[in-house]
Amino acid sequence: MLLQQVVNGLTLGSTYAIIALGYTLIFGVLNIVNMAHGEIFMIGAFVGLMLVTKLQTGIFTALAGAMLTGAVLGYLLERIALRPLRRREVSHLAPLISTIGVSIFLESLALKIFGPQAQSFPPVFSGQLFELGTLKISIIQIVILAVSFGLMIALRFWLAKTKMGKSIRATAENLETAGLLGVNTSQVIIVTVMLASGLGSVAGVLVGLAFNAVEPTMGITMGFKGLAVLILGGLGNITGAMVGGLLLGIAEVFSVAYGESSYREAVAFGLIIILLFIRPQGLFGSGSAQGGR
Amino acid sequence: MLSIRQLVAGYGSITALKSIDLTVPEGSIVSLIGANGAGKTTTMKTIMGLIRPTSGEICFQDQNITGQPVHQVVSKGVSLVPEGRSILSQMSVLENLEMGAYLRRDREVQHDLQKVFQRFPILEERKQQLGGTLSGGQQQMLAIGRALMARPKLLLLDEPSMGLAPLVVAEIFKVIQEINQEGTTILLVEQNVRQALKIAHYAYVLETGRMVLHGPADAVANDPKILEAYLGGRRVG
Ligand SMILES: Nc1ncnc2c1ncn2[C@@H]1O[C@H](COP(=O)(O)OP(=O)(O)O)[C@@H](O)[C@H]1O
Ligand SMILES: [Mg+2]
Repeated sequence: MLLQQVVNGLTLGSTYAIIALGYTLIFGVLNIVNMAHGEIFMIGAFVGLMLVTKLQTGIFTALAGAMLTGAVLGYLLERIALRPLRRREVSHLAPLISTIGVSIFLESLALKIFGPQAQSFPPVFSGQLFELGTLKISIIQIVILAVSFGLMIALRFWLAKTKMGKSIRATAENLETAGLLGVNTSQVIIVTVMLASGLGSVAGVLVGLAFNAVEPTMGITMGFKGLAVLILGGLGNITGAMVGGLLLGIAEVFSVAYGESSYREAVAFGLIIILLFIRPQGLFGSGSAQGGR
Repeated sequence: MLSIRQLVAGYGSITALKSIDLTVPEGSIVSLIGANGAGKTTTMKTIMGLIRPTSGEICFQDQNITGQPVHQVVSKGVSLVPEGRSILSQMSVLENLEMGAYLRRDREVQHDLQKVFQRFPILEERKQQLGGTLSGGQQQMLAIGRALMARPKLLLLDEPSMGLAPLVVAEIFKVIQEINQEGTTILLVEQNVRQALKIAHYAYVLETGRMVLHGPADAVANDPKILEAYLGGRRVG
């Protein structure tokens, strides 16, 4: 029973982690919170759903399609809403406002195209259950766990070992220093926003599958969870986003299993508030604010 | 190698550089001295393309590099060791040095890494440690080593001796001279005027955004005004 809840918690939490990684990556290099991330997540969910229902593709094609769409949206977001504001004279709150603008636009667009009702994946995807002793696990859960943990491990490795990954880390730590080492920081910023948005869109498909519901407003709730994880893990900290996401997922599942399901969000966010009293910088955050602009 | 003509630059409404001229001949050490707030760091940042000048011209090896983005200036062969070192504290010493060679595609990066380790053996001992865990002097060595990994033709150093113990300062100045003797041209900003004039061939004196004096380093060192203002009245030996 306990193991079952842990597995359920990890499944949910791994999707939170993927969403939070998107916020974290962008916060790292730009020191801003991308308020459009939740809506890019939502669009990703719809793209996945459309690929599966309208084009009868498999789940992995749907995930890849969502990721690609997310990356394209990330590119546009950077070009239209972020880059023009990256000048000294502009208030540092400006990108916050412009990304809110993009989020409203994307949500309205989704409402117009897809309507307000929640839509679900075809029954094939609700999947059969495997029983391993007392543990029950669905194909969907396995897909979610495999894809999110696979992405987390790949991202870790990529950031640690590749030249591009290192240039992102250098830019996140200090934009000016990275430039002085020859890093084209404008290019790094574009790549980071595309990557973050691609991850967000994949998370959209995973969450859509997990709850078997895709709707235009899903970006708001999940966006706030991702933001909570960003703060819980420590602003801009990759490990923090991963661990924080998993913890939030487990906390939610446990509060449903052993408590009152209507309190699930209250419990989870209550825990975050308590934790931030003890460690205001978040689980893995360092004392001082870091990151370039 | 580097020539700056009538450069005006600043921050918003503040004009920090009011038309300065400066020339760095190939193979030399040129010292730029001046009090706090004179505009030395602004000069360095403007050369690197971190600050866009209001007017004027910066030429490096007869190419106009005015207003180019910093990574392109670096790719032409100019590197800056900035004031306050700016080590990447979340990256290891080795990663910091590797990042120094970010733009290089040749096969001699490993060879140059060994050269840096020979020059600063402490960096090899600490290569797996995070940059942020090094002492001030070690960070300065890392910052210089990292800049050398780019194989710059022109190396800019902004107050490399700031905040360091006298023995470490002496070592840093020795290393700067060695780097120069191995063929790298150097523009050195210092508040440690005595030492800076001792190793330089040529010197410029900046005061509130204006170049007030320049000439061969020994001439500048014996200028009565400089003796008075920067050297406490004593001659450089
Ligand atoms: N980021 C900044 N914003 C506004 N003014 C600045 C900034 N940096 C430096 N200044 C001003 O520009 C002038 C030159 O500064 P700086 O180049 O740092 O001097 P130095 O390196 O010689 O001590 C000073 O008056 C300083 O106050
Ligand atoms: Mg300075």
